[in-house]
Amino acid sequence: MGALFSFVAVILLILLAYVGVEVAGMQPIFGIVIPYAAVLTFIAGVIYRVIKWGRSPIPFHIPTTCGQQKSLPWIKQNKLENPSSSTGVIGRMALEVFLFRSLFRLSKSELRDGRLAYGSDKWLWLAGMAFHWSFLIVLLRHIRFFATPVPSYLNLLESLDGFLQVGVPRLFMTGIILLLAVTYLLLRRFYIPQVRYISLTSDYIPLFLIMAVASTGILMRYFFKVDIVGVKELTMGLVSFNPTIPKGIGVIFYIHIFLISILFAYFPFSKLVHMGGVFLSPTRNLANNSRMVRHINPWNYPVKFHSYEEYEEEFRKKMKDAGIPVEKE
Amino acid sequence: MYDGGKILFGILIFLAFVTFPFYNDIGKANVKPEPKIDTPEIQKLPQKKCVEPKAFMKAEHMKLLNEWRDSAVRDGNRVYVASDGKRYIISLQNTCMRCHSNKKEFCDKCHNYAEVNPYCWDCHIAPKEAKIAPKEAKNEY
Repeated sequence: MGALFSFVAVILLILLAYVGVEVAGMQPIFGIVIPYAAVLTFIAGVIYRVIKWGRSPIPFHIPTTCGQQKSLPWIKQNKLENPSSSTGVIGRMALEVFLFRSLFRLSKSELRDGRLAYGSDKWLWLAGMAFHWSFLIVLLRHIRFFATPVPSYLNLLESLDGFLQVGVPRLFMTGIILLLAVTYLLLRRFYIPQVRYISLTSDYIPLFLIMAVASTGILMRYFFKVDIVGVKELTMGLVSFNPTIPKGIGVIFYIHIFLISILFAYFPFSKLVHMGGVFLSPTRNLANNSRMVRHINPWNYPVKFHSYEEYEEEFRKKMKDAGIPVEKE
Repeated sequence: MYDGGKILFGILIFLAFVTFPFYNDIGKANVKPEPKIDTPEIQKLPQKKCVEPKAFMKAEHMKLLNEWRDSAVRDGNRVYVASDGKRYIISLQNTCMRCHSNKKEFCDKCHNYAEVNPYCWDCHIAPKEAKIAPKEAKNEY
């Protein structure tokens, strides 16, 4: 249900851009207004979400750990899986952000001959790595539309990406890997019963949206050519705040930029904002030093207490009268 | 905000990445490239047209060049029959570049603007242009 809804929603978005540009001629809306609004929503939304997380108190010290904690000097500490210092936390976060360490540890369980068996499951990790890294490279490659001249390291990235020199324009591996990986991530939601059960519309929408973005990009590059000089004129106009709509760019470009605008605008309000959230997960970004540093619950209020001295001060006479021993006479 | 310093630092890094295209282009001219076709060879042509119509060449020239390369190098076929029935010799240097002898003013204009780096000139010798005066070239010997 969620999948069908998401699929239809993305198709409707494509049709909307097609009709808007091809029939209604609203190029300025799809090429200028919506991209600006989307980028603004993206930046403001992500900052809003991060500040909102920053304002949430962490009542308990809750790093999740899976290695030997810092202990006696002759017991070897696992500094990455159970960090006790900031350096360790940075190492652990780097592993998490760049290599998806916690996903690598994923295991699956299934019944075999009536007995529960566990095994490692690296497919999600592999597809996740392929997806995120190729998406990053695809994104970086697009800087060529937003800068003249392009920084040379991006040219290097592009020549590495296309080094197979298949066809002209050169086939970029990352585009294909991105599409394959996102297809795997979608299919696993269809075919693994447990994953299918917990999948919601908000899981399917980003997948279909990214799939549509990648497909339109690939179609545009290899099949339905658009006026690339015109495209760059438009994108450069956007980033230099001097927007123009050159004539004769194909409609597929407007569909592509509309879908990516939707993705950007949707970003801060969806699961996609895990891009920022991964850095703010208390289970990962806290050092396991609760035996060395006291974690104070930020919402602890000052407790009004009554010390024994004060108690004795107040009741000394009555205590003496009752024959109860007192510390101060 | 808890850990405000760290969070603001993170937000600043995020902003630096996201707004890169905007601040990177401040003060840089964004001039649309105008590829020039006023070479002597083209001026001599009675009818100024390429092997295929302009719209096709603009969108598909790279594909055509790739097909030409495969045809000439792999199949040994050096005759191209255009859509209007005219025959051309398949050769980058002797057919394409004979008319478009101004690589810098023609090819490079759009390629540089759109940051396209075709690998034609990995194998082919780029045409010598007026920049290297013949006199200077002689002096080297």
